[in-house]
Amino acid sequence: MQVSMTVNGRTRTADVEARTLLVHYLREQLNLTGTHVGCETSYCGACTVLVDGKATKSCTVLAVQAEGADVTTVEGLANGELHPVQEGFWERHGLQCGFCTPGMIMSAVALLNENDNPSEDEIRHGIEGNLCRCTGYHNIVRSIEYAAATMRGEDPPASQWKDES
Amino acid sequence: MFPRQFEYVAPASLDEALSALASTPGAKVMSGGQSLIPMMKLRLFSPGTVIDIGRIDGLADIVEKDDHISIGALVRHNQTASDPTVAAHAKALSQAAGWTGDHQVRNRGTTCGAMAHADVAADQPAAAIALGATMMARSSSGQREIAASDFFVDALTSALSEDEILVELRVPKASNGSRSAYDKLGRRGGHTDYAVAGIAAWVNVGDDGSVTDARIGVTGVGTRPTLAEAAAASLIGTDGGEESIRAAAGLVTDGITVIEDLYGSVEYKTHLAQVFTERALQQALAG
Repeated sequence: MQVSMTVNGRTRTADVEARTLLVHYLREQLNLTGTHVGCETSYCGACTVLVDGKATKSCTVLAVQAEGADVTTVEGLANGELHPVQEGFWERHGLQCGFCTPGMIMSAVALLNENDNPSEDEIRHGIEGNLCRCTGYHNIVRSIEYAAATMRGEDPPASQWKDES
Repeated sequence: MFPRQFEYVAPASLDEALSALASTPGAKVMSGGQSLIPMMKLRLFSPGTVIDIGRIDGLADIVEKDDHISIGALVRHNQTASDPTVAAHAKALSQAAGWTGDHQVRNRGTTCGAMAHADVAADQPAAAIALGATMMARSSSGQREIAASDFFVDALTSALSEDEILVELRVPKASNGSRSAYDKLGRRGGHTDYAVAGIAAWVNVGDDGSVTDARIGVTGVGTRPTLAEAAAASLIGTDGGEESIRAAAGLVTDGITVIEDLYGSVEYKTHLAQVFTERALQQALAG
């Protein structure tokens, strides 16, 4: 079947099988391997992308369902410089092994698009659909707080580590 | 991991979808696909044809009518959860939708899809039966109404015929004295994931503060979302105080076959059902 969608601002058209999942289309046909395949059962959220601005598990969407949609993957965030959420994960050590990171970042971007000043509780609930196998949630929350402040044009909260500014 | 091969059709109109469904044996209707696609990937279910109703116009709205709220087949969980009219008239459904799946699943999965899927531990079916909702089932030969309490037949089995699509959920609007609440223990703790036990309580309170009517919907513990009739009946005519709440909670699994599963023994799940009956009733009665 032919499917056409906008991915990171570019119109992409391809032939896919009906059973092709969006994540496999992105990774294997468009070579956008930033989106990860984790649990494959809709739990872990490593495959999270934005479909028409909404955080979506791309392992649980058929590519043909995304016909005509506007899809953003982690590769579509940086625009010459890192997106504030990416910068936050860099600055506040929001990743250990990195496997969950693209999905965490996309969920965080969706959260901050809806709520530019989330409480810690709202951040934790905002990433409830994303699992970190390193259990590094603490720093992930700090990273998203950093990004939220930056995106509001404020100074990010001070790092909890003494040797950093 | 991906599904077996299937034919995919994405009709542009409901009539087209209904005629495809009627003429294709074994076809499966998909709305958000958040339950269906994982089942197909695990190859627990391999329909020959998937009819994606996601492109049909006019099914994605929540509309306030004279005596009910209409929730269309493509209304997402997050839409149900954040809609002020649903919150005002059907708090239990609003809460249950907000605690369905996780954020990404709620962005795509639909309230009507959760009904039609009829999972034994889904949240919103409990709210639908407690609120006295009605399912509008349409086939190419017409439309019929199915009371929510008759809709959930068995595990993953609804009262829909093979040629029917659930096109709308109708939830009665609240009157002066009626209110509702949903509470649960999720499989991942708190409110997250499917319900180990979930209770939706709906009460109508008279001017003198006594309970004039009540319905309690139970999910997670048995083989289908069920009304706890004995528990609700015990509450009617009482003052809705702590003692009558406790008495009702003690009856909540009467007539329900509690099933042991990975998430708990019969004793544990019975206990949870009682605890959450108390909590849901307290919240509903507190208004």
